Amino acid sequence: MNRLALIGLLPLALATSVAAQTMDHSSMPGMTMPMPAAKPPAKPKAAPLKKSTKAKPDPRRLRHVNRPTAVAPRASPASTPSGPHAGHDMAGMPMPGAAADGNTMANMAGMAPAQPPRAGGNMPAMPGMKGMDMSTPAPPGHDMAAMPAMTEPDIPKTPPPPPPTDHAADRVFDPATMAAARVTLRGEHGGERISMVMANIAEYQARSGGEAGYHWVGEARYGGDINRFVLKSEGEGSRRQGVDSAEVQGLYSHAIGPYFDLQAGVRQDFKPHSRTYATVGFEGLAPYWFDVQGALFLSNKGELLGRLESTYDLRLTQRLILQPRAEVNLAAQDTPETRTGSGLSNAELGLRLRYEIRREFAPYIGVSYDRKFGRTADYARALGEDRAATSFVIGIRAWF
Amino acid sequence: MKDLHRRQLLRGASAIGGGLALTTLLPSWAQSATPGLAPSMPTLSGPSIDLTISHAQLSVDGRVGHAVTINGTVPGPLLRLKEGQNVRLSVKNELNEETSIHWHGVLVPFQMDGVPGVSFPGIKPSQTFVYEFPIIQSGTYWYHSHSGLQEAEGHYGPIIIDPKDADPVVYDREHVVVLSDFSFMHPHLIFKRMKQQSGVFNFQKQTVASLLAGKDQTLQERIEWAKMRMDPTDISDVTGAALKFLINGHGPKDNWTGLFTPGERVRLRFINTAAQMIFNVRIPGLKMTVVAADGQTVRPVGVDEFQIGNAETYDVIVQPTEDKAFTLVAEAVDRSGMARATLAPRPGMSAPVPPLRERPLATMKDMGMDMSAMNMSGVGAPAAGGMPGMAGMDHASMPGMASTSPPGMAPPKPRGSDAMGGMGSMKMSMRDPLNGPGVKMGPGVQTIAPMPMDRTGEPGQGLESVGHRVLVYQDLVALTPNPDARTPSRALDIHLTGNMERFMWGFDGEKFSEATKPYAFSKGERVRVTLINDTMMAHPIHLHGHFFDLAHGPTGYRPRKHTVIVLPGGKVAWDFTADAGDWAFHCHMLYHMHAGMFQVFSVRPLDGAPA
Repeated sequence: MNRLALIGLLPLALATSVAAQTMDHSSMPGMTMPMPAAKPPAKPKAAPLKKSTKAKPDPRRLRHVNRPTAVAPRASPASTPSGPHAGHDMAGMPMPGAAADGNTMANMAGMAPAQPPRAGGNMPAMPGMKGMDMSTPAPPGHDMAAMPAMTEPDIPKTPPPPPPTDHAADRVFDPATMAAARVTLRGEHGGERISMVMANIAEYQARSGGEAGYHWVGEARYGGDINRFVLKSEGEGSRRQGVDSAEVQGLYSHAIGPYFDLQAGVRQDFKPHSRTYATVGFEGLAPYWFDVQGALFLSNKGELLGRLESTYDLRLTQRLILQPRAEVNLAAQDTPETRTGSGLSNAELGLRLRYEIRREFAPYIGVSYDRKFGRTADYARALGEDRAATSFVIGIRAWF
Repeated sequence: MKDLHRRQLLRGASAIGGGLALTTLLPSWAQSATPGLAPSMPTLSGPSIDLTISHAQLSVDGRVGHAVTINGTVPGPLLRLKEGQNVRLSVKNELNEETSIHWHGVLVPFQMDGVPGVSFPGIKPSQTFVYEFPIIQSGTYWYHSHSGLQEAEGHYGPIIIDPKDADPVVYDREHVVVLSDFSFMHPHLIFKRMKQQSGVFNFQKQTVASLLAGKDQTLQERIEWAKMRMDPTDISDVTGAALKFLINGHGPKDNWTGLFTPGERVRLRFINTAAQMIFNVRIPGLKMTVVAADGQTVRPVGVDEFQIGNAETYDVIVQPTEDKAFTLVAEAVDRSGMARATLAPRPGMSAPVPPLRERPLATMKDMGMDMSAMNMSGVGAPAAGGMPGMAGMDHASMPGMASTSPPGMAPPKPRGSDAMGGMGSMKMSMRDPLNGPGVKMGPGVQTIAPMPMDRTGEPGQGLESVGHRVLVYQDLVALTPNPDARTPSRALDIHLTGNMERFMWGFDGEKFSEATKPYAFSKGERVRVTLINDTMMAHPIHLHGHFFDLAHGPTGYRPRKHTVIVLPGGKVAWDFTADAGDWAFHCHMLYHMHAGMFQVFSVRPLDGAPA
């Protein structure tokens, strides 16, 4: 097998590294630290302690900064002036193991200044190291100097060169073929369009004191992340009387923030009366994980309606989910023809318990309470209907 | 996969003989009970190599799914090359869609890099494309499709390049360990599901049941996180609910077995070819000495466990001395499953398989809102109690800070310590554009980390308190001098941005499909790039055509990588020397890349062009 010549480094390293794994500097006074044979890097220019309003740094501190951890010869503005590194002179050595420690110390933010440096399992594995006493706890400020790279005062954020207008591969391959490939590339890296059809509610309702009915609320969408076409539909009915109410909305949906879409389009009611509305609304995810949507509808007869809807998924277990749902409908005027009164016309509260056999397929049972208010209730009473109804429901929530 | 418990695994192990029937789709190097890579083994090497991309049915743990194959196998054949040689690779496409091969980590001229639309037009059905380039490096690498989502379907394979001189790593035997994830669902359906519903594959969410059982976050924490619309269990988008985790093409029950003779130094070449999963790798009972990262040799580091991001490679040496079997565990970062294999002196042996550990929860630190960071960003006053309104916080108990313990051995974080409690006065915005200058604010930017911090000294999500030594990036030191140790002449911040609810991912607020210009560089310039992760998920970021030097460690000996995990709320700085051409730059989680986390580094002038 690969019996390759050795460089003498690895066997030694292997032998020692095993021992190293459980080592902790705090428990190893006098342990040896790596001192690579390589020459120490050039001494840094005592360069800009830009924000340092403090005392002139101790020379040893600068050398310390020159440790490999501090990426470039620089002094961190965050350095505290407080400490020469009492007791351990790290004079300008690339000290890999300690470098790791130093950086990690940075994470500690000086909050536990007396903590000893953390063990680096690789330390003893370094060849050619000389003695270095690491038993001394790192002084405060040590870690600050070691703060890595992120706010490099020495490396300016100068503007990049102007973006090229050519494409490298066009020099090798047919530019027209490449142009087509770039179109595909964009499409496959963020440009995908997705469809979804979802029935949040598709249920049979057993109504208290009344006849059995059904109810659906669903939507379909197609498009990208920002712009989509959305179809929404909801309605209900009963077996004897057929469809009681039914509407469909066709909307253009535009993402206006991380969580919300603005939606505008047309709503068509088929039952109880044919009506066409212009629609503007929103849909999204509110704080505390509430799915919310709302819309204003202006009909071709000049009526103004509003609707707010919210659901929440209370996860009892990974698959058993309790979904409270509320919908309120509002109107700006009385419309006897559609039996709608001004103000709050009706509210529907539901509580549905579903079991997600798959995420996209969940049967449920629940209860739904519908109540009409104000003139809407009056219209209902006039027709001999109750103004409130409670239903036990059973249905399927599904999407694909 | 959560149900995949030990007994099942052991039963699977005993059925190893029956598993041989499955090996027809496996190249010889990946077959089980293998004595390891041997010169006599039929690997593909030499100056001229033919590869054919096709498809077949793949059997994993007894279930059959559709796979894209290279020369008829998953993973593809091992390419064993030699530093200093020239290689000519003819890739024939027998699929009915376009394909491509990218040689991951291999330094090639840009037109040979294999990214359709960036480096070449792609390989159309029934076409053959010939790649040809000199091999100017050595180490462990891999190759995979850069077209569509083919990589998730099996289109990947390992590359070993032997050094032209003596290998600085000494070993008696070697195995390639290709980690991957495979789904019986089509990857396009997986992608669609994630677009349709956030967290669709997560079956480890917090529940009322877990609250009542006193697990996970406290009620106060849950309310605070719910207010922010952040799910701390969102560790991985695709999980074991949809994925099988493979080692060398073998499922956990298939139990790939690599042989050794006690006392030998065994070199394991780990490659994470998974489309979406980050793995935590350990071999209970064996210390691992990391000797190379991303193909580049490093000073040996002894560890018990390491996290390997998508597309990263680690070479480790183990030296089992006992005549017994050891289980190799590659646990999914979200603990939704594991890949499992066995190292044994003889075929048919197995060792106990440890159960999955408890899944991690994201913390405030993962949002870039770490309390310790606050003190750092202050004037350097190390007074822990100095911040008003923070009296209730127990800083000493927070992982990653003030720990006297080596990485991986921090005391567990007490339940409830992630509440913001008395911090009401701090008013930290999670989406303040001032914290991300240059980020295009839009629906694709859910958060901007208020205080991202360097987390390269941390062992990765879920490994803070595992009770043994875990590798951290800051452990890595190059074995050989860096070829270019200049101080960068300019610095560039790149924000990793996303919206987990919409499954949108990008750089600086833009998906690649929206981006209007590439990142531009001058040929030969040395640039300090700082990747700032504004999202709550880890992203393994890969730059094509280059190695970059992580900006820590001794000058001139910084670890060189082609892919680096940027932890959530964290940042990673690296220096690189721009090489002429157009080079892909992207998150190596395939679905993040497909959702837009992709860009191009354009380096000019091109060779031979007027300056």
